[in-house]
Amino acid sequence: MYTPQVLDHFQNPRNVGEMADANAVGESGSAVCGDVMRIFLRIEGGVVQKASFKTFGCGAAIATSSVLTELVKGKTIDEVRKIKNTDVVAMLGGLPPIKIHCSVLAEETLKAALDDYERRTPSGTGK
Amino acid sequence: MKTIYFDYNATTPIRPEVHEEMKPWMEPGGEFGNPSSIHSVGMKARAAVEKARGQVATLLGVSDPGQIVFTSGGTEADNMAIKGAALSHREAKHIVTSSIEHHAVLNVCEYLKENFGYRVTFLPVDKGGRVDPEAVARAIEPDTLMVSVMLANNEIGTLQPIEKIGALCRDRRILFHTDAVQAVGKIPLSLDKMPVDLLSLSAHKIYGPKGIGALYIRKGTRLQSLFHGGQHEKNRRAGTENLSGIVGLGAACAAIGPEMEAEEARQRRLRDRLEKGLLDQIPSSRVNGHPTERLNNTAHLSFECVEGEGLLMLLDAAQADRPGLAVSTGSACASGSLEPSHVMQALGVGPEWIHGSVRFSLGKFNTEEDVDWALKLVPPVVARLREMSPLWQDKIKRSAVKN
Ligand SMILES: Cc1ncc(COP(=O)(O)O)c(C=O)c1O
Repeated sequence: MYTPQVLDHFQNPRNVGEMADANAVGESGSAVCGDVMRIFLRIEGGVVQKASFKTFGCGAAIATSSVLTELVKGKTIDEVRKIKNTDVVAMLGGLPPIKIHCSVLAEETLKAALDDYERRTPSGTGK
Repeated sequence: MKTIYFDYNATTPIRPEVHEEMKPWMEPGGEFGNPSSIHSVGMKARAAVEKARGQVATLLGVSDPGQIVFTSGGTEADNMAIKGAALSHREAKHIVTSSIEHHAVLNVCEYLKENFGYRVTFLPVDKGGRVDPEAVARAIEPDTLMVSVMLANNEIGTLQPIEKIGALCRDRRILFHTDAVQAVGKIPLSLDKMPVDLLSLSAHKIYGPKGIGALYIRKGTRLQSLFHGGQHEKNRRAGTENLSGIVGLGAACAAIGPEMEAEEARQRRLRDRLEKGLLDQIPSSRVNGHPTERLNNTAHLSFECVEGEGLLMLLDAAQADRPGLAVSTGSACASGSLEPSHVMQALGVGPEWIHGSVRFSLGKFNTEEDVDWALKLVPPVVARLREMSPLWQDKIKRSAVKN
């Protein structure tokens, strides 16, 4: 049911773990629903330098998180703001219909991280 | 390496003796008669069907094989029992069942409720998954059609007190049906002496072929047919008989009966070793289901803060130096409906445990080495998923603060 890309990102997830010097952290989902995604970003000069994640969820949720951290690296805040769940799905070569919500969760988590960043740096310009 | 199969409650591989018996009925140049035909070719088929009926009856402890009707499996047997009874007793509009039945019972009840105005009482279960017979008694109303409570649950293996439930139904002249798809071949039955009117079984759970099963209908039980056509199965189920399937079901019953006691004990030992080993090695883990009143082959565990589908997929992924393990999960993400298992919900298990539930169901072909592999492979996979889990991270932090 999963594409080879999903299986690859699930079995060899990239950028797993908490980030000590993260300056943008976002989370979405709930334990009750069975999906919790947390993303950590280090943004400097308006550009995402590092990204990592921790995810509780199914194979698709983990693969989606992994691909998301790859997708944002090196992108400017404006570019990251434009990332849609469909971009994540495309990078994974598709998701089963019932798992599309995992990519929506990824988009929400990313937005939450950017909002967190803006709260921390009210000028919105970063360092 | 070959995948190690721990999913016998889902289905079982066919056993060689069964395959042998079925072969003549599938082969070109083999047997092919219609049991309804008068000639010798038909008579041979008739004899095969009746032999199989006798084999099923023997396993169930039924002296009169005429009480066994062949169906296309457990699902049809459940449908036939409930809808057939409903069609025979139009005035009775209330059904009592449990909240942890298989969907083959639950959805029949839902269907009658939604489309024909039936009232259905879905009885709750206790922490171990047991229905309280007293609650059954209290649920019965003047227009109760029947009580349907499964013998053994497919997910957690919990056994229901069906002798007590059946007896109180009999006292009140209420029909009693039990879905015994998971119990037949694992637990000795003597239906002649048991207060059961209707019992469903399925061949593919007992090393027989898929698409064949049976319904035991106690003599005198009024049950309308769901299929109309020829006079097959004494007018109880029209359609030319599935000969190879019926022969396979009979052979599966004949083969499993004599070995049941020894296999019960052997699989129980394997299951207990697996369960204990996993609980010992994996912190924050638990067993679901009843501690004693449950099937000998089923180990249903939850690992806190991991999600079942992910666990299942990692276990299934065989590598050059390790086999994959085939297990199942009641997690929402694996269900196709994004709802966690109704059985786990009925147990009142918290969400932090529900999603990380995994069922190991053992069978005839599992060995000590299979259990060794599971004990070796499961703990690191759980650890790896916890490493990734934000919930586990939070839990560790919380306990660090407390200390
Ligand atoms: C308890 C129970 N009832 C009914 C069924 C349905 O049986 P079948 O697959 O033969 O239709 C199953 C098997 O999936 C089961 O475990």
